[in-house]
Amino acid sequence: MYEFVSGPLVWIAFIVFIGGSLYRIYNMLSISKKEKVVFPHMSLKHSVASLIHWVIPFNNQYMRKRPIFTIISFAFHICLVVAPIFLLAHVMLWDEAWNMSWWTIPEAVTDWMTIIVIIGCIFFLYRRLTDPVVKNVTDGSDYLLLAITALPFITGFIAYHQLFAYKTILILHILAGEIMLITIPFTRLSHMLFFVFTRSYFGSEQGHVKNSKDW
Amino acid sequence: MKPTIVKREPVVDDALDQCEARLTEEEIEKVINEVIDKETGGRLWTYINTCIHCGLCAEACHWYLSNDRDVSFAPVTKIKDTLWVMLEKKGKVDAAFIKRCSQIAHTECNCCRRCGMYCPFGIDIAYMILVVRRICAKLGMVPLYLQDTVHSHAATMNQMWVKPDEWIDTLQWQEEEAQGYVPSARLPLEKEGAEIMYSVIGPEPKFLAQLLGNITVIMKVAGLDWTMPATAGWDNSNMAMYSGDFEIMARVERLHHETAQRLKVKKIVMGECGHAFRGAEYDGPTWMGWMKPPIPVVHAIAFYYDLIKSGRIKIAKKVEGPITSQYPCNVIRNAGLGSKLRYIMSAVCEDFVDLIPNDRHAFCCNAGGGTINCGPPWKKIRVQSAKLQSENFKRTGAHTIVTPCHNCHSGIEDIVAGYKLGMHVKFFSELLIEAMEIPEHLKPKEE
Repeated sequence: MYEFVSGPLVWIAFIVFIGGSLYRIYNMLSISKKEKVVFPHMSLKHSVASLIHWVIPFNNQYMRKRPIFTIISFAFHICLVVAPIFLLAHVMLWDEAWNMSWWTIPEAVTDWMTIIVIIGCIFFLYRRLTDPVVKNVTDGSDYLLLAITALPFITGFIAYHQLFAYKTILILHILAGEIMLITIPFTRLSHMLFFVFTRSYFGSEQGHVKNSKDW
Repeated sequence: MKPTIVKREPVVDDALDQCEARLTEEEIEKVINEVIDKETGGRLWTYINTCIHCGLCAEACHWYLSNDRDVSFAPVTKIKDTLWVMLEKKGKVDAAFIKRCSQIAHTECNCCRRCGMYCPFGIDIAYMILVVRRICAKLGMVPLYLQDTVHSHAATMNQMWVKPDEWIDTLQWQEEEAQGYVPSARLPLEKEGAEIMYSVIGPEPKFLAQLLGNITVIMKVAGLDWTMPATAGWDNSNMAMYSGDFEIMARVERLHHETAQRLKVKKIVMGECGHAFRGAEYDGPTWMGWMKPPIPVVHAIAFYYDLIKSGRIKIAKKVEGPITSQYPCNVIRNAGLGSKLRYIMSAVCEDFVDLIPNDRHAFCCNAGGGTINCGPPWKKIRVQSAKLQSENFKRTGAHTIVTPCHNCHSGIEDIVAGYKLGMHVKFFSELLIEAMEIPEHLKPKEE
């Protein structure tokens, strides 16, 4: 089992993730071409301006109005992306398999980052269960996406600390990571891919076409 | 997903009720899929697939905030209750559902685009509401009064059933009125090659004719070469843009621009109206594939800014007392004229009290986006849902609210009456007429 999830399934997961992402972006661009307004409205300058105001915390009025959400959301997303890429154990695997290695973050830090991701998931779950607006637009798929996001980190945390059943948890951890990679392009987790495009379009429309701003 | 709990007082709108009785499910399915497949593309697809259902847009919406945070008014809920269902069921919905869609899209959203600005992903929810309106319009599900204005556009090319002779009569009457202040003032009709074509919305000749007199005086004092058309094409308003009848919208915008081209003017200056600017500058040209207007369109705010800044109009005596101004969505958030508005307000007012929030973050008057044109049946909920902005006005302590937009003007008059604010509502040009200097040589000679 371990050989399967850490061998062929890794290949499948990465191929589906990369291939699927490219396909989805290609698909989005080609149906956007059908709409005659999309590309003529785009402007690099205003896209970048919009991105700068929305990827830097507290760089727009709305984020300043909601400090708790902003802090948790940014911490969650940064840790979610950075921790797995720069985790010592992950880099070692790349090193063993491909003789590739890069800079790593101390394990104590990645441990905390994992906890932050889990706290973020709990916060989002809490919002889904209690905030009336969010609750009203939440269905099974939203909980599933949250579970897909949380599981690699929960299992990773347990595996790192070897709390129990190390071998089983490790297999579950690898599996959970692979499921997440595979689902990103094909579910609303694809906001990871599309965020840049939706932001750029709205920024361009507000800035380039309407002489206004979107922050 | 559980259906949204919606509590509304029943509203009788004959057009919606009759359409509900008439529509068949085959027709509905066909139109929904036609619009989704042929008229939408990357934007709708990406928005639907990117929205993570976080609900952050709710805090942006004055409908939601004014109705004690009733979730059925939140922007994301409005999409859930319309497009999500249409897409999930592939158009297989019933007439009652389409009626509710029209109620949501036409009467409970102003397409002010504040929620788009507050979405972390920049998802343009107002655009999606316009897609819903488009589907409703193609099915004939449009509130009675709104549809009446669309019929008027289609039949007369103006919003208010103004007849050609009434139009010319009104202009000549207002020219005479203006001559009471400035005897040499002229309202030149059909002057080919003038620098400016001035265009207004249907309600100006219908019941706000004094505004035409005001502009005649202002143009004379500023010494500008201007004209107005004597033919259809003078009306720059466009309610078809808001009902979702984009074919008629395009006819109206095309005629407006072609009239300016026929008169060989260098630019179109338009009266104080927000949606008219949006139609002439953006929605019309993009729908027709021009992308940009063939002749530049200048909104009244930018026009007055230039006149005051360049010194063509001088201010003799600033208007007294605290005065505030609405920031109309279509020319501020969606056209960036906020700082120019503050400049002209400070130039003519002794004590300009700014709104909070202001500029592109300001709230809608709740009349825009065609909601006020949905008429008396929908007035109660519209005024009730402007509670937040009524409080913002009250806080300024102003005696007058300036509205450089006709929709705002009518909407805010309703707010002032509904919440007993005891404030006046005026157009900017009315303040300017009071405050500007009329040079000696233009003044009437005393006999």
